[in-house]
Amino acid sequence: MNRFSFVLRRPIQLIPVLLGISVITFLLLQMTPGDPVRLMLGPKASQEAIEFVRARYGLDQPIPVQYFYYVLNCLRGDFGQSIAFRGPVSGVIAARIAPTVFLILYGLVISLLLTFALAVTAARQRGRWIDHLIRLVCVAGVGVPSYFVGLLLIMGFCLRLKIFPVSGYGPTFINNLWHLFLPALTIGIGVTPILARNLRATFIQQLDKDYAIACRSRGLPESYIFSRHVFWNSLLPTVNLLGVVVAFLIGGTVVVENVFNIPGLGNLLIRGVLTHDQFVVQAVALLLAVGVVISNFAVDVLTAILDPRVEL
Amino acid sequence: MSDVMRGSGSLAMARIRTMPATLAIGGAITLAWIVVAILAPVLTSFDPIKVDVMQALKPPGAEHWFGTDAIGRDVLARTLFAARYDLAMAFFGVVGPIILGTTIGLIAGYLGGRIDAVLMRILEVTVSFPYFVLVIAIVAVLGPGLKSYFISLTLVNWVSYARLVRSQALVLRGVDFVLAARGMGFGHLRIMLFHILPNAIVPSIVFVMTDAVLAIVLGSSLGFLGLGVQPPTPEWGAMIADGQTYLTTAWWIAIFPGIAICLLALGLSLTADGLARLLNTES
Repeated sequence: MNRFSFVLRRPIQLIPVLLGISVITFLLLQMTPGDPVRLMLGPKASQEAIEFVRARYGLDQPIPVQYFYYVLNCLRGDFGQSIAFRGPVSGVIAARIAPTVFLILYGLVISLLLTFALAVTAARQRGRWIDHLIRLVCVAGVGVPSYFVGLLLIMGFCLRLKIFPVSGYGPTFINNLWHLFLPALTIGIGVTPILARNLRATFIQQLDKDYAIACRSRGLPESYIFSRHVFWNSLLPTVNLLGVVVAFLIGGTVVVENVFNIPGLGNLLIRGVLTHDQFVVQAVALLLAVGVVISNFAVDVLTAILDPRVEL
Repeated sequence: MSDVMRGSGSLAMARIRTMPATLAIGGAITLAWIVVAILAPVLTSFDPIKVDVMQALKPPGAEHWFGTDAIGRDVLARTLFAARYDLAMAFFGVVGPIILGTTIGLIAGYLGGRIDAVLMRILEVTVSFPYFVLVIAIVAVLGPGLKSYFISLTLVNWVSYARLVRSQALVLRGVDFVLAARGMGFGHLRIMLFHILPNAIVPSIVFVMTDAVLAIVLGSSLGFLGLGVQPPTPEWGAMIADGQTYLTTAWWIAIFPGIAICLLALGLSLTADGLARLLNTES
Protein backbone atom coordinates (compact mmCIF):
# COMPACT_ATOMS: atom_id res chain seq x y z
CA MET A 1 0.00 0.00 0.00
CA ASN A 2 1.16 3.53 -0.70
CA ARG A 3 2.98 5.15 2.19
CA PHE A 4 0.79 8.21 1.94
CA SER A 5 -2.57 6.48 1.78
CA PHE A 6 -2.99 7.40 5.45
CA VAL A 7 -3.60 10.98 4.36
CA LEU A 8 -6.99 9.70 3.27
CA ARG A 9 -7.46 7.06 5.99
CA ARG A 10 -6.46 9.21 8.94
CA PRO A 11 -9.31 11.76 8.78
CA ILE A 12 -11.76 8.87 9.16
CA GLN A 13 -9.98 7.76 12.32
CA LEU A 14 -10.33 11.31 13.63
CA ILE A 15 -14.13 11.23 13.50
CA PRO A 16 -14.53 9.63 16.98
CA VAL A 17 -12.28 12.32 18.49
CA LEU A 18 -14.24 15.08 16.77
CA LEU A 19 -17.50 13.54 18.03
CA GLY A 20 -16.00 13.38 21.52
CA ILE A 21 -15.11 17.06 21.34
CA SER A 22 -18.66 17.91 20.28
CA VAL A 23 -20.05 15.83 23.19
CA ILE A 24 -17.97 17.89 25.63
CA THR A 25 -19.01 21.28 24.23
CA PHE A 26 -22.62 20.05 24.10
CA LEU A 27 -22.48 18.96 27.75
CA LEU A 28 -20.95 22.28 28.76
CA LEU A 29 -23.85 24.08 27.08
CA GLN A 30 -26.31 21.74 28.80
CA MET A 31 -24.81 22.42 32.21
CA THR A 32 -24.90 26.19 31.85
CA PRO A 33 -27.51 27.51 34.25
CA GLY A 34 -30.51 29.18 32.62
CA ASP A 35 -32.68 28.47 29.59
CA PRO A 36 -30.53 28.55 26.43
CA VAL A 37 -33.39 29.98 24.38
CA ARG A 38 -33.86 32.83 26.83
CA LEU A 39 -30.09 33.33 26.73
CA MET A 40 -30.20 33.52 22.95
CA LEU A 41 -33.20 35.80 22.53
CA GLY A 42 -32.96 37.95 25.60
CA PRO A 43 -35.62 38.46 28.29
CA LYS A 44 -38.15 40.32 26.12
CA ALA A 45 -38.64 37.63 23.47
CA SER A 46 -42.15 36.76 22.34
CA GLN A 47 -43.66 33.32 22.94
CA GLU A 48 -43.70 32.52 19.20
CA ALA A 49 -40.03 33.40 18.79
CA ILE A 50 -39.17 31.14 21.73
CA GLU A 51 -41.16 28.26 20.27
CA PHE A 52 -39.53 28.77 16.87
CA VAL A 53 -35.95 28.70 18.23
CA ARG A 54 -36.80 25.77 20.49
CA ALA A 55 -37.93 23.72 17.49
CA ARG A 56 -35.03 24.85 15.33
CA TYR A 57 -32.39 23.70 17.84
CA GLY A 58 -34.43 20.65 18.86
CA LEU A 59 -34.63 21.90 22.43
CA ASP A 60 -38.12 20.42 22.90
CA GLN A 61 -36.66 16.93 22.35
CA PRO A 62 -34.94 14.49 24.74
CA ILE A 63 -31.23 15.17 25.37
CA PRO A 64 -29.74 12.55 22.99
CA VAL A 65 -31.90 13.99 20.19
CA GLN A 66 -30.81 17.48 21.20
CA TYR A 67 -27.22 16.36 20.77
CA PHE A 68 -28.07 15.11 17.29
CA TYR A 69 -29.52 18.53 16.44
CA TYR A 70 -26.44 20.20 17.93
CA VAL A 71 -24.05 18.24 15.71
CA LEU A 72 -26.24 18.80 12.66
CA ASN A 73 -26.36 22.55 13.32
CA CYS A 74 -22.60 22.71 13.88
CA LEU A 75 -22.00 20.93 10.57
CA ARG A 76 -24.24 23.48 8.87
CA GLY A 77 -22.18 26.25 10.47
CA ASP A 78 -24.98 27.28 12.84
CA PHE A 79 -23.53 27.74 16.34
CA GLY A 80 -26.50 29.58 17.82
CA GLN A 81 -27.03 33.25 18.53
CA SER A 82 -24.76 35.64 20.36
CA ILE A 83 -26.48 37.85 22.91
CA ALA A 84 -23.68 40.38 23.15
CA PHE A 85 -23.29 40.78 19.39
CA ARG A 86 -26.99 40.35 18.55
CA GLY A 87 -26.37 38.03 15.62
CA PRO A 88 -25.36 34.53 14.60
CA VAL A 89 -22.24 33.23 16.37
CA SER A 90 -20.81 31.95 13.08
CA GLY A 91 -20.54 35.49 11.68
CA VAL A 92 -18.89 36.83 14.84
CA ILE A 93 -16.36 33.99 14.79
CA ALA A 94 -15.61 34.13 11.06
CA ALA A 95 -14.42 37.73 11.35
CA ARG A 96 -11.99 36.77 14.10
CA ILE A 97 -10.32 33.64 12.79
CA ALA A 98 -7.73 35.42 10.63
CA PRO A 99 -5.94 37.40 13.39
CA THR A 100 -5.69 34.30 15.59
CA VAL A 101 -4.36 32.02 12.86
CA PHE A 102 -1.89 34.70 11.82
CA LEU A 103 -0.73 35.17 15.39
CA ILE A 104 -0.29 31.44 16.00
CA LEU A 105 1.72 30.86 12.82
CA TYR A 106 3.80 33.99 13.40
CA GLY A 107 4.43 32.91 17.00
CA LEU A 108 5.40 29.44 15.79
CA VAL A 109 7.96 30.86 13.35
CA ILE A 110 9.47 33.11 16.01
CA SER A 111 9.64 30.32 18.58
CA LEU A 112 11.33 28.00 16.05
CA LEU A 113 13.96 30.66 15.27
CA LEU A 114 14.61 31.18 18.99
CA THR A 115 14.63 27.43 19.61
CA PHE A 116 17.21 26.70 16.93
CA ALA A 117 19.44 29.57 18.03
CA LEU A 118 19.39 28.41 21.67
CA ALA A 119 19.59 24.66 21.07
CA VAL A 120 22.38 24.82 18.49
CA THR A 121 24.43 27.15 20.67
CA ALA A 122 23.92 24.98 23.75
CA ALA A 123 24.70 21.71 21.96
CA ARG A 124 27.80 23.05 20.21
CA GLN A 125 29.12 24.56 23.47
CA ARG A 126 28.00 21.58 25.54
CA GLY A 127 29.10 21.67 29.15
CA ARG A 128 30.46 25.21 28.92
CA TRP A 129 28.96 28.15 30.83
CA ILE A 130 26.75 29.21 27.90
CA ASP A 131 25.14 25.76 27.84
CA HIS A 132 24.40 25.97 31.57
CA LEU A 133 23.07 29.50 31.16
CA ILE A 134 20.70 28.45 28.38
CA ARG A 135 19.50 25.49 30.44
CA LEU A 136 18.85 27.77 33.41
CA VAL A 137 16.98 30.28 31.22
CA CYS A 138 14.83 27.45 29.89
CA VAL A 139 14.07 26.11 33.38
CA ALA A 140 13.19 29.57 34.64
CA GLY A 141 11.36 30.55 31.45
CA VAL A 142 8.59 27.98 31.94
CA GLY A 143 7.31 29.89 34.96
CA VAL A 144 7.19 33.38 33.48
CA PRO A 145 3.54 34.08 32.66
CA SER A 146 3.03 35.31 29.08
CA TYR A 147 0.83 38.23 30.14
CA PHE A 148 3.71 39.58 32.22
CA VAL A 149 6.18 39.15 29.34
CA GLY A 150 3.68 40.98 27.12
CA LEU A 151 3.36 43.86 29.57
CA LEU A 152 7.14 44.19 29.88
CA LEU A 153 7.46 44.28 26.08
CA ILE A 154 4.72 46.91 25.88
CA MET A 155 6.48 48.98 28.53
CA GLY A 156 9.85 48.75 26.79
CA PHE A 157 9.09 48.83 23.09
CA CYS A 158 5.77 50.66 22.86
CA LEU A 159 5.67 53.16 25.68
CA ARG A 160 9.38 53.98 26.20
CA LEU A 161 10.97 53.41 22.79
CA LYS A 162 7.74 53.83 20.80
CA ILE A 163 8.90 51.33 18.15
CA PHE A 164 5.75 49.23 17.99
CA PRO A 165 2.04 50.03 18.33
CA VAL A 166 0.49 49.02 21.67
CA SER A 167 -2.41 47.08 20.23
CA GLY A 168 -4.58 46.25 17.29
CA TYR A 169 -4.59 44.40 14.02
CA GLY A 170 -3.69 45.94 10.68
CA PRO A 171 -5.32 45.65 7.26
CA THR A 172 -2.43 44.17 5.24
CA PHE A 173 0.01 41.29 5.64
CA ILE A 174 3.14 43.46 5.86
CA ASN A 175 1.38 45.79 8.23
CA ASN A 176 0.55 42.86 10.50
CA LEU A 177 4.08 41.48 10.50
CA TRP A 178 4.93 44.71 12.24
CA HIS A 179 1.71 45.14 14.24
CA LEU A 180 1.70 41.63 15.63
CA PHE A 181 5.44 41.28 16.18
CA LEU A 182 5.35 41.81 19.94
CA PRO A 183 2.29 39.56 20.56
CA ALA A 184 3.86 36.85 18.41
CA LEU A 185 7.16 37.26 20.21
CA THR A 186 5.30 36.91 23.52
CA ILE A 187 3.65 33.60 22.67
CA GLY A 188 6.84 32.47 20.92
CA ILE A 189 8.85 33.04 24.09
CA GLY A 190 6.21 31.06 25.98
CA VAL A 191 6.83 27.77 24.15
CA THR A 192 10.54 28.18 23.41
CA PRO A 193 11.83 26.71 26.73
CA ILE A 194 10.12 23.34 26.13
CA LEU A 195 11.19 23.14 22.50
CA ALA A 196 14.77 24.28 23.10
CA ARG A 197 15.36 21.79 25.94
CA ASN A 198 13.98 19.00 23.80
CA LEU A 199 16.02 19.89 20.73
CA ARG A 200 19.24 20.31 22.72
CA ALA A 201 18.76 16.88 24.28
CA THR A 202 18.27 15.36 20.82
CA PHE A 203 21.36 17.12 19.44
CA ILE A 204 23.45 15.77 22.32
CA GLN A 205 22.05 12.27 21.82
CA GLN A 206 22.87 12.35 18.10
CA LEU A 207 26.36 13.79 18.68
CA ASP A 208 27.21 10.63 20.66
CA LYS A 209 25.85 8.22 18.05
CA ASP A 210 28.18 5.84 16.23
CA TYR A 211 27.88 7.64 12.91
CA ALA A 212 29.03 10.92 14.47
CA ILE A 213 31.97 9.19 16.17
CA ALA A 214 32.85 7.54 12.86
CA CYS A 215 32.86 10.96 11.17
CA ARG A 216 35.07 12.33 13.91
CA SER A 217 37.54 9.43 13.57
CA ARG A 218 37.84 10.22 9.88
CA GLY A 219 38.96 13.68 10.86
CA LEU A 220 35.91 15.60 9.68
CA PRO A 221 35.54 18.99 11.36
CA GLU A 222 32.94 19.19 14.13
CA SER A 223 31.00 21.98 12.43
CA TYR A 224 30.69 19.85 9.27
CA ILE A 225 29.48 16.80 11.23
CA PHE A 226 26.93 18.95 12.99
CA SER A 227 25.54 20.85 10.04
CA ARG A 228 25.56 17.96 7.57
CA HIS A 229 24.53 15.00 9.72
CA VAL A 230 23.55 15.65 13.33
CA PHE A 231 21.31 18.63 12.64
CA TRP A 232 19.08 16.85 10.13
CA ASN A 233 18.82 13.67 12.15
CA SER A 234 17.66 15.67 15.17
CA LEU A 235 14.72 17.39 13.54
CA LEU A 236 12.21 14.57 13.79
CA PRO A 237 11.62 14.48 17.58
CA THR A 238 11.06 18.24 17.54
CA VAL A 239 8.61 17.98 14.66
CA ASN A 240 6.72 15.38 16.67
CA LEU A 241 6.52 17.82 19.55
CA LEU A 242 4.97 20.50 17.34
CA GLY A 243 1.45 19.10 17.80
CA VAL A 244 1.66 19.72 21.55
CA VAL A 245 3.29 23.08 20.92
CA VAL A 246 0.44 24.27 18.70
CA ALA A 247 -2.02 23.42 21.49
CA PHE A 248 0.16 25.51 23.83
CA LEU A 249 0.32 28.36 21.32
CA ILE A 250 -3.47 28.37 21.05
CA GLY A 251 -3.73 28.61 24.83
CA GLY A 252 -1.13 31.38 24.67
CA THR A 253 -3.05 33.46 22.15
CA VAL A 254 -6.07 33.51 24.45
CA VAL A 255 -4.03 35.42 27.01
CA VAL A 256 -1.88 37.45 24.62
CA GLU A 257 -4.77 38.66 22.48
CA ASN A 258 -6.22 40.16 25.63
CA VAL A 259 -2.96 41.82 26.65
CA PHE A 260 -2.47 43.43 23.23
CA ASN A 261 -6.18 43.85 22.50
CA ILE A 262 -6.17 41.91 19.22
CA PRO A 263 -9.62 41.16 17.76
CA GLY A 264 -9.16 37.38 17.55
CA LEU A 265 -10.82 34.25 18.91
CA GLY A 266 -9.01 34.42 22.26
CA ASN A 267 -10.23 37.92 22.86
CA LEU A 268 -13.73 36.80 21.89
CA LEU A 269 -13.56 33.80 24.24
CA ILE A 270 -12.80 35.94 27.30
CA ARG A 271 -15.39 38.55 26.35
CA GLY A 272 -17.87 35.72 25.93
CA VAL A 273 -17.17 34.38 29.41
CA LEU A 274 -17.39 37.82 31.01
CA THR A 275 -20.68 38.68 29.26
CA HIS A 276 -22.19 35.18 29.77
CA ASP A 277 -22.34 34.72 26.00
CA GLN A 278 -22.43 30.95 26.34
CA PHE A 279 -22.91 30.03 22.68
CA VAL A 280 -19.88 32.09 21.70
CA VAL A 281 -17.74 30.46 24.41
CA GLN A 282 -18.65 26.91 23.41
CA ALA A 283 -18.28 27.60 19.69
CA VAL A 284 -14.81 29.10 20.14
CA ALA A 285 -13.76 26.18 22.37
CA LEU A 286 -15.06 23.73 19.75
CA LEU A 287 -13.26 25.53 16.95
CA LEU A 288 -9.93 25.75 18.80
CA ALA A 289 -10.10 22.04 19.68
CA VAL A 290 -10.73 21.21 16.02
CA GLY A 291 -7.73 23.42 15.25
CA VAL A 292 -5.57 21.24 17.51
CA VAL A 293 -6.85 18.05 15.84
CA ILE A 294 -6.07 19.47 12.39
CA SER A 295 -2.58 20.61 13.38
CA ASN A 296 -1.85 17.17 14.87
CA PHE A 297 -2.88 15.67 11.56
CA ALA A 298 -0.56 18.09 9.75
CA VAL A 299 2.29 17.05 12.05
CA ASP A 300 1.62 13.38 11.23
CA VAL A 301 1.82 14.12 7.52
CA LEU A 302 5.01 16.13 8.01
CA THR A 303 6.58 13.27 9.98
CA ALA A 304 5.74 10.82 7.22
CA ILE A 305 7.29 13.12 4.61
CA LEU A 306 10.48 13.60 6.63
CA ASP A 307 10.94 10.01 7.77
CA PRO A 308 10.56 7.25 5.14
CA ARG A 309 10.47 4.61 7.91
CA VAL A 310 7.20 5.91 9.34
CA GLU A 311 4.13 3.84 8.54
CA LEU A 312 0.92 5.41 9.71
CA MET B 1 37.92 3.91 52.68
CA SER B 2 35.11 2.48 50.63
CA ASP B 3 31.49 3.59 50.73
CA VAL B 4 30.44 0.33 52.35
CA MET B 5 32.80 0.77 55.30
CA ARG B 6 31.67 4.29 56.02
CA GLY B 7 28.21 3.10 56.99
CA SER B 8 24.78 4.38 56.17
CA GLY B 9 25.15 7.65 58.10
CA SER B 10 27.90 8.97 55.88
CA LEU B 11 26.11 7.64 52.82
CA ALA B 12 23.20 9.90 53.68
CA MET B 13 25.67 12.76 54.06
CA ALA B 14 27.17 11.95 50.68
CA ARG B 15 23.73 12.04 49.19
CA ILE B 16 23.04 15.47 50.62
CA ARG B 17 26.37 16.69 49.29
CA THR B 18 25.49 15.41 45.82
CA MET B 19 22.07 17.05 46.00
CA PRO B 20 21.63 19.10 42.82
CA ALA B 21 22.22 22.81 43.42
CA THR B 22 18.94 23.60 41.67
CA LEU B 23 17.03 21.54 44.25
CA ALA B 24 18.65 23.38 47.16
CA ILE B 25 18.10 26.87 45.71
CA GLY B 26 14.62 26.10 44.39
CA GLY B 27 13.59 24.51 47.68
CA ALA B 28 14.87 27.54 49.59
CA ILE B 29 12.92 30.00 47.40
CA THR B 30 9.73 27.96 47.68
CA LEU B 31 10.12 27.63 51.44
CA ALA B 32 10.73 31.39 51.74
CA TRP B 33 7.44 32.09 49.96
CA ILE B 34 5.57 29.70 52.25
CA VAL B 35 7.01 31.57 55.25
CA VAL B 36 6.03 34.92 53.67
CA ALA B 37 2.48 33.68 53.08
CA ILE B 38 2.10 32.53 56.69
CA LEU B 39 3.74 35.59 58.23
CA ALA B 40 2.15 38.17 55.89
CA PRO B 41 0.28 39.99 58.70
CA VAL B 42 3.53 40.22 60.72
CA LEU B 43 5.66 41.42 57.80
CA THR B 44 3.49 44.42 56.98
CA SER B 45 1.36 46.75 59.07
CA PHE B 46 -0.85 47.74 56.10
CA ASP B 47 -4.24 46.22 55.33
CA PRO B 48 -4.13 44.68 51.82
CA ILE B 49 -7.73 45.57 50.98
CA LYS B 50 -8.19 48.89 52.80
CA VAL B 51 -8.96 51.69 50.33
CA ASP B 52 -7.33 55.08 51.03
CA VAL B 53 -7.96 57.41 48.10
CA MET B 54 -5.78 60.15 49.63
CA GLN B 55 -2.79 57.83 49.28
CA ALA B 56 -3.53 56.75 45.66
CA LEU B 57 -0.71 56.12 43.15
CA LYS B 58 2.12 56.97 45.55
CA PRO B 59 5.51 55.84 44.15
CA PRO B 60 7.71 53.48 46.20
CA GLY B 61 9.08 55.38 49.18
CA ALA B 62 9.86 55.26 52.87
CA GLU B 63 6.26 54.67 53.96
CA HIS B 64 4.98 52.50 51.11
CA TRP B 65 8.03 50.48 50.02
CA PHE B 66 6.34 49.17 46.87
CA GLY B 67 4.11 52.23 46.40
CA THR B 68 0.30 52.27 46.35
CA ASP B 69 -2.26 51.37 43.68
CA ALA B 70 -5.01 53.39 42.01
CA ILE B 71 -7.22 53.37 45.11
CA GLY B 72 -4.43 53.80 47.62
CA ARG B 73 -3.88 50.20 48.72
CA ASP B 74 -0.33 49.31 49.77
CA VAL B 75 1.27 47.24 46.97
CA LEU B 76 3.74 45.51 49.32
CA ALA B 77 0.95 44.36 51.63
CA ARG B 78 -1.09 43.13 48.68
CA THR B 79 1.90 41.34 47.16
CA LEU B 80 2.66 39.57 50.46
CA PHE B 81 -0.95 38.58 51.16
CA ALA B 82 -1.40 37.47 47.55
CA ALA B 83 1.26 34.81 48.19
CA ARG B 84 -1.40 32.97 50.20
CA TYR B 85 -3.80 32.67 47.27
CA ASP B 86 -1.13 32.02 44.64
CA LEU B 87 0.58 29.35 46.74
CA ALA B 88 -2.81 27.76 47.37
CA MET B 89 -3.41 27.72 43.61
CA ALA B 90 -0.02 26.12 43.02
CA PHE B 91 -0.33 23.40 45.67
CA PHE B 92 -4.04 22.63 45.79
CA GLY B 93 -4.25 23.06 42.03
CA VAL B 94 -2.35 19.80 41.63
CA VAL B 95 -4.19 17.83 44.35
CA GLY B 96 -7.43 17.30 42.42
CA PRO B 97 -5.71 16.24 39.19
CA ILE B 98 -3.44 13.82 41.09
CA ILE B 99 -6.32 12.09 42.87
CA LEU B 100 -8.56 11.84 39.80
CA GLY B 101 -5.74 11.07 37.37
CA THR B 102 -4.09 8.44 39.56
CA THR B 103 -7.41 6.68 40.16
CA ILE B 104 -8.25 6.58 36.47
CA GLY B 105 -4.71 5.60 35.44
CA LEU B 106 -4.62 2.83 38.04
CA ILE B 107 -7.97 1.37 36.98
CA ALA B 108 -7.20 1.65 33.26
CA GLY B 109 -3.70 0.20 33.52
CA TYR B 110 -4.45 -2.59 35.97
CA LEU B 111 -7.82 -3.79 34.73
CA GLY B 112 -7.12 -3.12 31.05
CA GLY B 113 -9.55 -4.39 28.45
CA ARG B 114 -12.74 -2.55 27.67
CA ILE B 115 -12.56 -0.22 30.70
CA ASP B 116 -9.08 0.84 29.62
CA ALA B 117 -10.24 1.44 26.05
CA VAL B 118 -13.14 3.64 27.16
CA LEU B 119 -11.03 5.65 29.62
CA MET B 120 -8.32 6.19 27.03
CA ARG B 121 -10.87 7.49 24.50
CA ILE B 122 -12.06 10.02 27.10
CA LEU B 123 -8.42 10.98 27.68
CA GLU B 124 -7.81 11.38 23.97
CA VAL B 125 -10.76 13.74 23.60
CA THR B 126 -9.74 15.76 26.66
CA VAL B 127 -6.21 16.36 25.37
CA SER B 128 -7.46 17.44 21.98
CA PHE B 129 -8.74 20.60 23.64
CA PRO B 130 -6.07 23.21 24.24
CA TYR B 131 -5.57 22.92 28.02
CA PHE B 132 -6.20 26.59 28.79
CA VAL B 133 -9.24 26.86 26.49
CA LEU B 134 -11.04 23.94 28.13
CA VAL B 135 -10.35 25.35 31.59
CA ILE B 136 -11.87 28.67 30.52
CA ALA B 137 -14.89 26.94 28.94
CA ILE B 138 -15.56 25.14 32.24
CA VAL B 139 -15.05 28.34 34.25
CA ALA B 140 -17.61 29.94 31.93
CA VAL B 141 -20.17 27.37 33.09
CA LEU B 142 -19.28 27.47 36.79
CA GLY B 143 -18.66 31.22 37.05
CA PRO B 144 -15.34 32.93 37.95
CA GLY B 145 -13.58 32.22 41.25
CA LEU B 146 -11.14 30.02 43.10
CA LYS B 147 -13.55 27.09 43.40
CA SER B 148 -14.15 27.01 39.62
CA TYR B 149 -10.39 27.09 39.11
CA PHE B 150 -9.88 23.98 41.25
CA ILE B 151 -12.78 22.09 39.66
CA SER B 152 -11.88 22.93 36.07
CA LEU B 153 -8.19 22.19 36.61
CA THR B 154 -9.13 18.77 38.03
CA LEU B 155 -11.41 18.01 35.09
CA VAL B 156 -8.74 19.00 32.56
CA ASN B 157 -5.39 18.15 34.09
CA TRP B 158 -6.08 14.60 35.34
CA VAL B 159 -4.83 13.35 31.97
CA SER B 160 -1.14 13.96 32.81
CA TYR B 161 -1.28 11.75 35.90
CA ALA B 162 -3.55 9.17 34.31
CA ARG B 163 -1.00 8.66 31.54
CA LEU B 164 1.96 8.43 33.91
CA VAL B 165 0.28 6.01 36.31
CA ARG B 166 -1.34 3.90 33.60
CA SER B 167 1.93 3.27 31.78
CA GLN B 168 3.47 2.07 35.08
CA ALA B 169 0.46 -0.01 36.07
CA LEU B 170 0.44 -1.73 32.67
CA VAL B 171 3.94 -3.06 33.35
CA LEU B 172 3.44 -3.76 37.04
CA ARG B 173 0.34 -5.92 36.68
CA GLY B 174 2.46 -8.64 35.06
CA VAL B 175 5.32 -8.45 37.59
CA ASP B 176 6.00 -11.45 39.88
CA PHE B 177 5.05 -9.86 43.17
CA VAL B 178 1.67 -8.86 41.80
CA LEU B 179 1.08 -12.34 40.39
CA ALA B 180 2.09 -13.75 43.78
CA ALA B 181 -0.40 -11.47 45.51
CA ARG B 182 -3.09 -12.67 43.10
CA GLY B 183 -2.09 -16.26 43.82
CA MET B 184 -2.55 -15.65 47.53
CA GLY B 185 -6.11 -14.59 46.77
CA PHE B 186 -5.81 -10.86 47.42
CA GLY B 187 -8.58 -8.75 45.92
CA HIS B 188 -8.03 -6.38 43.00
CA LEU B 189 -8.63 -3.32 45.16
CA ARG B 190 -6.02 -4.39 47.70
CA ILE B 191 -3.47 -5.13 44.98
CA MET B 192 -4.12 -1.85 43.22
CA LEU B 193 -3.80 0.23 46.39
CA PHE B 194 -0.99 -1.52 48.23
CA HIS B 195 1.06 -3.22 45.53
CA ILE B 196 0.68 -1.29 42.29
CA LEU B 197 0.12 2.26 43.54
CA PRO B 198 3.28 2.70 45.66
CA ASN B 199 5.40 1.60 42.69
CA ALA B 200 3.44 3.41 40.00
CA ILE B 201 3.36 6.81 41.66
CA VAL B 202 7.08 7.75 41.44
CA PRO B 203 7.01 9.47 38.01
CA SER B 204 3.99 11.50 39.17
CA ILE B 205 5.97 12.74 42.17
CA VAL B 206 8.69 14.03 39.86
CA PHE B 207 6.09 15.65 37.61
CA VAL B 208 4.09 17.30 40.36
CA MET B 209 6.49 20.24 40.86
CA THR B 210 6.54 21.06 37.14
CA ASP B 211 2.79 20.80 37.22
CA ALA B 212 2.60 23.24 40.14
CA VAL B 213 4.40 25.79 37.96
CA LEU B 214 1.83 25.27 35.20
CA ALA B 215 -0.97 25.52 37.77
CA ILE B 216 0.25 28.84 39.13
CA VAL B 217 0.77 30.31 35.66
CA LEU B 218 -2.72 29.16 34.69
CA GLY B 219 -4.34 30.36 37.91
CA SER B 220 -2.74 33.78 37.78
CA SER B 221 -3.62 34.07 34.07
CA LEU B 222 -7.26 33.50 35.03
CA GLY B 223 -6.82 36.19 37.68
CA PHE B 224 -5.31 38.51 35.09
CA LEU B 225 -8.26 37.93 32.74
CA GLY B 226 -10.75 38.58 35.53
CA LEU B 227 -11.88 34.94 35.73
CA GLY B 228 -9.93 33.88 38.80
CA VAL B 229 -9.79 35.19 42.35
CA GLN B 230 -12.27 38.05 42.51
CA PRO B 231 -11.52 41.59 43.77
CA PRO B 232 -10.72 42.95 46.27
CA THR B 233 -8.85 39.77 47.26
CA PRO B 234 -5.17 40.28 46.44
CA GLU B 235 -3.82 37.89 43.79
CA TRP B 236 -0.75 38.51 41.65
CA GLY B 237 -2.37 38.00 38.24
CA ALA B 238 -5.30 40.26 39.13
CA MET B 239 -2.91 42.88 40.58
CA ILE B 240 -0.96 42.92 37.30
CA ALA B 241 -4.23 43.47 35.43
CA ASP B 242 -4.97 46.39 37.80
CA GLY B 243 -1.61 47.91 36.94
CA GLN B 244 -1.97 47.46 33.19
CA THR B 245 -3.58 50.88 32.72
CA TYR B 246 -0.84 52.60 34.71
CA LEU B 247 2.24 51.18 33.00
CA THR B 248 3.70 54.60 32.17
CA THR B 249 2.54 56.52 35.22
CA ALA B 250 2.67 53.95 38.03
CA TRP B 251 4.77 50.98 36.90
CA TRP B 252 5.10 49.59 40.43
CA ILE B 253 1.49 48.36 40.57
CA ALA B 254 2.14 45.68 37.92
CA ILE B 255 5.89 45.12 38.22
CA PHE B 256 6.16 44.01 41.86
CA PRO B 257 3.49 41.28 41.68
CA GLY B 258 5.05 40.25 38.35
CA ILE B 259 8.44 39.80 39.97
CA ALA B 260 6.78 37.92 42.83
CA ILE B 261 5.12 35.40 40.53
CA CYS B 262 8.32 34.90 38.52
CA LEU B 263 10.28 34.28 41.73
CA LEU B 264 7.82 31.70 43.07
CA ALA B 265 7.61 29.98 39.69
CA LEU B 266 11.42 29.99 39.50
CA GLY B 267 11.61 28.34 42.92
CA LEU B 268 9.16 25.64 41.90
CA SER B 269 10.86 25.10 38.50
CA LEU B 270 14.30 24.73 40.07
CA THR B 271 12.90 22.30 42.64
CA ALA B 272 11.32 20.29 39.82
CA ASP B 273 14.58 20.27 37.86
CA GLY B 274 16.63 19.23 40.89
CA LEU B 275 14.13 16.54 41.89
CA ALA B 276 14.17 15.06 38.39
CA ARG B 277 17.98 14.97 38.38
CA LEU B 278 18.15 13.43 41.86
CA LEU B 279 15.68 10.64 41.10
CA ASN B 280 17.10 9.97 37.63
CA THR B 281 20.70 9.60 38.81
CA GLU B 282 19.58 7.22 41.55
CA SER B 283 17.73 4.86 39.28
